[in-house]
Amino acid sequence: MNINATLIGQAISFFVFVWFCMKYVWPPIMSALEERKTKIADGLAAAERGKHEQELAEKRAAEVLKEAKQQAAEIIAQAQKRSSEIIDESKEAARIEGDRIVTAANAEIEQEMNRAKEQLRSQVVSLSIAGASKVLAREIDAKAHDDLLKELAAQL
Amino acid sequence: MSSEAAYSSADYIRHHLTNMTFGQHADGHWGLAHSAQEAAEMGFWAFHLDSLGWSLGLAFVMFFFLRSVAKKAEAGIPSGAQNFAEWIIEFIDSSVRGSFTANNPLVAPMALTIFGWVFLMNFMDLIAVDFLPALAGQIGALFGADPHHVYMKIVPSTDPNITFGMALGVFWLMLYYSVKNKGLGGFLGELAFQPFGKWGLPVNLLLEGVTLISKPISLALRLFGNMYAGEMIFILIAIMYGAGLLLGSFAGILQLGWAIFHILIITLQAFIFMTLTIVYMDMAHQEHH
Repeated sequence: MNINATLIGQAISFFVFVWFCMKYVWPPIMSALEERKTKIADGLAAAERGKHEQELAEKRAAEVLKEAKQQAAEIIAQAQKRSSEIIDESKEAARIEGDRIVTAANAEIEQEMNRAKEQLRSQVVSLSIAGASKVLAREIDAKAHDDLLKELAAQL
Repeated sequence: MSSEAAYSSADYIRHHLTNMTFGQHADGHWGLAHSAQEAAEMGFWAFHLDSLGWSLGLAFVMFFFLRSVAKKAEAGIPSGAQNFAEWIIEFIDSSVRGSFTANNPLVAPMALTIFGWVFLMNFMDLIAVDFLPALAGQIGALFGADPHHVYMKIVPSTDPNITFGMALGVFWLMLYYSVKNKGLGGFLGELAFQPFGKWGLPVNLLLEGVTLISKPISLALRLFGNMYAGEMIFILIAIMYGAGLLLGSFAGILQLGWAIFHILIITLQAFIFMTLTIVYMDMAHQEHH
């Protein structure tokens, strides 16, 4: 418990260790701590930014989706309109074609009928002549009455 | 200890309170003191090899650890050792930021040195009081010395030389920064013209002088007193071990309780030494206090 030169030794070593600590221990660890602090701050800021960007992207995606839906609806409406137009057009065309076919058929029928009438008429004439000639063969000369019969046939 | 009749409790205590002193004997040759009286006769130019050795050894351990961490320190995920060192350093840093307002790169490393070193020196108090001294005695006996005259105090902070050495180091830095920041005139002016103005100069000098001198003394004596008393109680408890089974087991409980309580004291004393140092350094940087 005597006060002696131990005191001086301790004081000197105190200065040496403080100097050592100030020079080689404190700065590297402190700078590591500071660096980590900025790193963490940067990381947090980046996360915040990412979150913000994600929100923006979501909003944009929703807008695009809405637009696309609108466009799709327009396209469908147009298509429906167009299809009904096409249907109407084809209906019209079919009607016209039908009319045409009917008219043509009618004309043909008319023609056929006329031809048949003509044939029939000429057959009736020849039959009537044959009948009349058989009746008259006995009494009338066929030649003498030919003009008369032709006139009769034209009147039929 | 008490198994030997010639070796009384008083001898035991005295043995535990004597440092291993290296100095000049009365007949002129240098060597180790063989008794407390011889150590006292060596005068000022003697060294306590045990105090200095343990104190330096502990500081080397501490700075070896801190330096190895500092070399590998990086901003990524810290390893276990780095985590531990950073935990201490952040604690010191926040203490310094809390009490020290000026800008001086010396103060925080000094606070770390003081806290860690004082804590480790105090921590030696928790090692069983007889363990290392007895070991030293055995080793001494191997070299032909009488084990009873091989002294070994393992707690450096129970040696006033150590505490005063650190306190004077702090005091010197305090004076240095006072003069540096305020100028010699400013520093002396604070001593001479406060608090009663220039007409109360003698009173001022007395008051401020005592205030100034009391700083290192209180710093050193507070630590020394606490640790010395704590060590003394451990020694007294250790004596009880020799007094029969009943008292011996009671002493075991006492020692455990005191040791647990002492964990608080050693940390607290280290913290107080550090905080007061920071406050004194802060005062040295203030223009007026």
